[in-house]
Amino acid sequence: MTVPVLELKGVTKSFGERLVLDGIDLSVDEHEAVALIGASGSGKSTLLRCVDLLVEIDDGDVFLDGEVITDPSVDEVDVRRRLGFVFQAFNLFPHMSVIDNVTLGIVRGQGVGSTEAVDRGRALLEKCGLEGREKDRPDELSGGQQQRVALARAFAAEPRAMLLDEVTSALDPELVGDVLEAVRELKLEGMTLIFATHEMSFAREVADKVAFLHSGRIIEAGKPEEVLDDPKEPETQKFLRRLLAGGRI
Amino acid sequence: MTKGARQAAREKAKKARTRRGQTIAVVSSAVVLGGLSALIFTSSGWPDVQETFFSAEAFRTSFPDILKAFWLDVKMFLVIEVVVLVLGLVIALVRSGRNPVFFPIRLIAAVYCDIFRGVPVILLIYMFGFGIPALGLSGVPNDPILLAGFALALAYGAYVAEVYRAGIGSVHQTQTDAALAVGLTRTQALRHVVLPQAIRRVRPPLLNDFISLQKDVALVSILGIVEAFQQAQIFAASTFNYTPLVAAALLYLAVTIPMARILDHITARGEVNA
Repeated sequence: MTVPVLELKGVTKSFGERLVLDGIDLSVDEHEAVALIGASGSGKSTLLRCVDLLVEIDDGDVFLDGEVITDPSVDEVDVRRRLGFVFQAFNLFPHMSVIDNVTLGIVRGQGVGSTEAVDRGRALLEKCGLEGREKDRPDELSGGQQQRVALARAFAAEPRAMLLDEVTSALDPELVGDVLEAVRELKLEGMTLIFATHEMSFAREVADKVAFLHSGRIIEAGKPEEVLDDPKEPETQKFLRRLLAGGRI
Repeated sequence: MTKGARQAAREKAKKARTRRGQTIAVVSSAVVLGGLSALIFTSSGWPDVQETFFSAEAFRTSFPDILKAFWLDVKMFLVIEVVVLVLGLVIALVRSGRNPVFFPIRLIAAVYCDIFRGVPVILLIYMFGFGIPALGLSGVPNDPILLAGFALALAYGAYVAEVYRAGIGSVHQTQTDAALAVGLTRTQALRHVVLPQAIRRVRPPLLNDFISLQKDVALVSILGIVEAFQQAQIFAASTFNYTPLVAAALLYLAVTIPMARILDHITARGEVNA
């Protein structure tokens, strides 16, 4: 049996009194894409942040390639270098050019020479349709372009897996397509992905597995057609019905 | 009316508005400034004031010496500004840190900021200038210029530390998250992501503090240091004419006004970028 790239076992997290993650079990195999769906506040973002060690979990464990990463003795910087994270609001570094945004992590974090890093960054930007924008500042780019820079930035370190936190939620509708296209590209290249999303059609198309979160728990998980077309749990049915009524499917 | 004609009419109206605005500005300036001038120049005491504060003769005789003394002010504030920039940053970093090992240092830094911001600068200069030599410690400098410089650097270091700290606090947590997520250590995140943005944001208040410092250098005169203000006072005391003080004031303005314009420029550019 192959070892999953990422595995969560009983992950629990509270912020003060509020229980945000309540015993999450999830396993992601190599080249697999898992979509996290669920209402705002259901714990999707927190789950991703816990995996990238941006938030410390209270209980349970997360494994990366079979090794526990949530033990206090583990070097979190080293773990984060093996994972890529893309934020909902892009979080590009506004004082740096596009190319510096993409190369900062691999130059400072991994000691890649700056010439090599720039070559690598340039190639990635070109792949995202951003050739010629290397010297621009993030605020000179559209939201969709910024998010593609953020994807390139996370991908530059050649991570084992990428965590995408609602990467299209902050975008104007007409800009969503280009970003989804970039994610689709990542999947085609075999990148292991966990992505939180409100785009059900995209989850259906790209994900190998869909997990529905409700009140910090994975209520239902399975193949996209199972969870999205024929949900077993009443909460999942209710969530999908509400999306349907809102015209979001 | 055709579209072209309407456009011409709009432009004409706009020009008329601009012209009217300019006219009002000129007239109101003339009224206010003219009124003030008339008030001052027709007052019964003006001839005496003119002789005591604005004597061309006294200006000519005193200015070269005051200018020479002013170089000491310039040297002092230039050196102190550099020290303050570094000291303030170090204190701000210590205070912004979270490592419990540094708790005692953080406490000292907090107490330092409170005390040196809270005591009048003139008192600090007095205490340093007279207190430290009185201790009679060996190896401790007794040069009043140096001691006054220490006092000013420590006082302004405390102000500037708070300015830096506010800047660091203003950079959103998501920037640190993003820096950590690309694999930087906390120190690298601070150095490459947080600090550059923080410093950019606090340039206006930093320059403002520097304008303030450039004037406060005159306070070192209480230790008998002959800088511009002290030199002007010496002239004034021996001739009973205060024109030398006005001459000194002009010299301070000569450095603070350009600084204020630079500050305006940076602030305006910041607004455009934001």
